[in-house]
Amino acid sequence: MHIAHEIGPAPLPQRRGPVSWIVLVVGSAVGVAGVVVTFAQGGIDRPAVAVLFFSMVFVGELIRVSLPGERDTAPLGGSAAVGYSLLLFLGPGMRRPAGHSAYAVIAVVAVASAAAIMLLSALDRDPRPRDVARRVLVCAAIAGVFRGSGLTERLDSSPFGWEVSKSGLPVLAMIVAVLAGGLLDVFIAAVVRAERDRAPIIPTFRNELLAFSGIGFSMAAIGMLIALGIAIIGMWTLPIIAVPLLVTQFSFRRYAAIRRTYRQTISALSRVTEVGGYVEPGHSRRVTRLSVAIGREFGMREQDLLDLEYAALMHDIGQLSLADSIPRGSTLHVAPAERRRIAAMGADVIRSTGTLDRVAMIVETQAHPYRRMRENGDLEVPLEARIIRAASAFDDLVTASEAGGRQAAWNALERLRMGMAYEYDPRVVEALTRVLEKNSAL
Amino acid sequence: MRELPPRARWYIYFVASAAVVAGVFSAFHVTRWADVLVFAVLFTAADRFRSTATTLTSVSMSVSFIVGLAAIFVTGAYGGCLVALLGGIMTNDRDWPRRLFNPSQYAVTALSAGAAFSLFNIQGEGLVTAPLWQLVAATITAALTNYVVSPTLIAVIVSLTTGLSVRRVWSTSFSWAAFGYMGYGVLGLLLAVLWTDLGVVAAIVLMLPLLVARAAFANYAEQRATYDATVRALVQAVETKDYYTRGHSERVSLIAERIARESGMREDRVEIARYAGMLHDVGKLGVPTKVLQKQGKLNGDEFDAIKLHPLHGYEMLCEIEFLREALSGVYHHHERLDGRGYPMGLAGDEIPEFARVIMVADAFDSMTSTRSYRNAKSVDEAVAELQRCQDIQFDGKVVANLVEAVRKHGWEPTPEDFGGEQVARDVSVLRGSADQGVRRAHRA
Repeated sequence: MHIAHEIGPAPLPQRRGPVSWIVLVVGSAVGVAGVVVTFAQGGIDRPAVAVLFFSMVFVGELIRVSLPGERDTAPLGGSAAVGYSLLLFLGPGMRRPAGHSAYAVIAVVAVASAAAIMLLSALDRDPRPRDVARRVLVCAAIAGVFRGSGLTERLDSSPFGWEVSKSGLPVLAMIVAVLAGGLLDVFIAAVVRAERDRAPIIPTFRNELLAFSGIGFSMAAIGMLIALGIAIIGMWTLPIIAVPLLVTQFSFRRYAAIRRTYRQTISALSRVTEVGGYVEPGHSRRVTRLSVAIGREFGMREQDLLDLEYAALMHDIGQLSLADSIPRGSTLHVAPAERRRIAAMGADVIRSTGTLDRVAMIVETQAHPYRRMRENGDLEVPLEARIIRAASAFDDLVTASEAGGRQAAWNALERLRMGMAYEYDPRVVEALTRVLEKNSAL
Repeated sequence: MRELPPRARWYIYFVASAAVVAGVFSAFHVTRWADVLVFAVLFTAADRFRSTATTLTSVSMSVSFIVGLAAIFVTGAYGGCLVALLGGIMTNDRDWPRRLFNPSQYAVTALSAGAAFSLFNIQGEGLVTAPLWQLVAATITAALTNYVVSPTLIAVIVSLTTGLSVRRVWSTSFSWAAFGYMGYGVLGLLLAVLWTDLGVVAAIVLMLPLLVARAAFANYAEQRATYDATVRALVQAVETKDYYTRGHSERVSLIAERIARESGMREDRVEIARYAGMLHDVGKLGVPTKVLQKQGKLNGDEFDAIKLHPLHGYEMLCEIEFLREALSGVYHHHERLDGRGYPMGLAGDEIPEFARVIMVADAFDSMTSTRSYRNAKSVDEAVAELQRCQDIQFDGKVVANLVEAVRKHGWEPTPEDFGGEQVARDVSVLRGSADQGVRRAHRA
C-alpha cells in the first residue's frame, strides 16, 4: 500500500546531511529510552489497552500517505499515538485511570513503528526511518508535555476559572500539548527539508506549516476525540471513530495520488518535445530542476514553486506548432520575435486547459528579455519567467559547450553575466550562481 | 432552477408551510434554547462548506447531518427541528428555490427523525445512563428515518423539475448512501454524548477532521477535473501535427470507455481504458511531420517511421504510475489477432486486454470519420466491417461489446462527452443523457 516515491523532475542531488542523521539518532534513542524505562518501572498497567493502540500505530505506519511534495504522514498511526498520549481515563464515565506513563506511550509507539519498519523492509518497500523517527519524537513531546510536566494541574485547576469539561477532563492541557507536538513536527520536517534541498529555512518552515496544517489538525483532533471518547463513553469509541479516521486517510490518499499523477503527466508530456526531436534530450527536466532550486533561493511559496515547475517543464511546448524542429532545439539562436511567437503558441496550448492560466502567463513571458520590464511599464515579467529564462539559457549554453563540467558551467555563467541587466535579471543570475555553488557545480 | 414548473413551485410552498408550522410549534415547546442556537450555528458552518466543495462523495452531506442528528439527541425533536430550520435559513444559497426549499426540507426531516428518536424515551442525562444497545437502536432509527424522508423530499422536487420518475431519481442518487448514513448516525450519537460533558469542544474535535477530509476530497475533485482538461488540451496540441486525426483521440477515448464498461470492467479499469484511448496516438509526435501530413501512398521507410509511434508513446508515458496498465494499450494497439500487426507481432491472447479494446475503438472511429482521401462510413457499415475482420484482426468479444455500446448510446462523434460520464455525477444530467442515448438508439 505504500506509495512509491514521486517520479518526475527529481530535486537536485539530495543530501542526507547531519540534521537528518541527528533526527534519526535522537528519535531512536528516545524510543529505546522509553522501552527501557517502561521495563524498569515494571511494564504497562493495562496491557490490553496498550496492545490496542500498538496495533493501531503499527497498521497506521504500514498504510502511510505520501502528501504532495513527498511528505510522509501516517494519519491513522499519528491519531492513535496522539490518542494514547492524551488518554487519562478509561470509561464509561471516567471510571478508572488509564495509569500509563509518558515512557509507556513512547515505548508502545516506538516498538510499533520499529515493527512496521521491519515489515516494510522485508516487503522491500522504503520504510523511511527518518520520518518514523520524527513521528516518535513528536509523540514523545506530546506525551511528555501532557503527562510529565504538571501542565494538567496548572491549566485545569483553573487559576483563571476555566472549565472546559464538566467532569474535569484537562481539555486545555490537551490542546497545548498537541499544538506543541504539531509545531515540533513542522520544525523537524522543515530543518530536514531545508538541508535536503539546500533551501533557506524560514520559507521552508512556512511551506511545511501550510502543507501539514490540514492533516495535522485532523490527527490532533481525532487523537483528542479518542482520548475524550474513551474516558466518557468507553472503548466503543474506537469503532465509531473509524469513520473520521478512514475518511481522513482515504481523502488525503486520493488527493495525493491525483496530485502525483498530475505532476508525472506534465513531466511526461514535457518530453513530448524531446521525442519529437525539438529540443535536446533532458533539457526540460534540467531546466526545471535548476528553476525550482533558484525559486527556493528566493524563498518562494509552495504554490508558486509548483507553477514554476510546471511552467519550466512546458516552456518549450510551443515548438510543437512548428512544422520542423529548430536545429538542436535551443531557442537561444532564434530571432527574438520568433521566440516570442513560439512562447505565445505554447501559452495558448496551456491556457486551453482552463486552469493553468498563471503557468501559461509564465511560459509566455519567459520569452521576453528582462529589460523590457523597465522599458514598457505595461508588460510585467514575473519572477518565475525570469528564472526560467536564465535557467534555460544556462542549460542550452552548457549543452552546446565543447568544454565539459565546471568549465562549461563557468563559461555559461559568464555569458549570462554579459547579458545581465538586459537579457537576464541580475538577481536571478546571482541566485543561479549560489545554487551552482551549493551543489559544487562550479 | 429559476424557471420552475408550477407544480414544483407549489410543492415547495407546501413543504415550506409545513416547515413554518413545525417551527412555530417547536419554538413553544423547546427548552434548551442555548444549545439550540449553538447547534444552529454549527449546522450552518458545516452546511456552508458544502456549497464550496464539489459533491463527490457522501462526505459532502454528512457533517451537517451529524450536527443535526446530535441536536435531536441533545435538545429533542423540537430542538432538532429548530436547529435545522435556523441553520438552513442562515445558509446562504443564492437562488430562491433553494433558499426556501432547503431549510424547509431540513426542518421537516429533522422533526420526523426526532419523532422516531423520541419513541425510545431517551432524554437529557439518559444519553449517558441509558444502556448502549438502546442508544444505538434509537440512533439507527433516527438515522434511517432521516435517510428515508430527506431523499424522498428531494427526489420529488427533482422529479417535478426534470420530469423523471421519483423512483428512478431516488434509487440512482441515494440508495448507496445507506451504509454511510448509519456510520454518520453513530457519529451523531458520539457528538451528543460528548456534548453533555464538553459542549462546543466536542463539536470542534469531531467536525474538524471531517471538514478537513472534505476539503481534501474537494481538492481531489478539482485536481481531477484539471487533470482531464490538461490531458485533453495537450492531446489536442499533439493533434495539430496530424491533419487527419483532429478529435480522434477523444472519440477513441469515449468509445474505449464504453466498450470497457460494457465488458463489465471495474470502474478504475474503465478509467484506464479511457486514458489509454486518449493517449494512444501521443507517440505520433515522434514521427516527422512531413510523413504524417503526406498525401498519397507512403513508401517503405515512411511506413517504418509511422510504425514507431507506439514505441514513442510508450517512452513518453512510461513514468506515469497511474497509467502503467494503460501503457500496454498504447504500446500494442496496432497488433492483430492473427499476429501480423506491429510492433511485436503478438497474436491472440498474448495481446493485452486494453490493447484489444483500443484496437477496435481506433478502427471504429477511423472508419466512421471523414479522411481527406475517403468519406466516412456509416455506423452500420463500420460495424459490419469490424465483424468481418473479427478473430482475424480484432477480438470478437470486444467487437460484440462495441456493438452493444453503440446500440445503447448511439454514436455520433461528440468530443464534449469526454470526461463527462466520469466526473459529473449529477444524477439528473447523467440520467438525462443516458435516456437521450437510448432514445437516439431506438430511433436509429
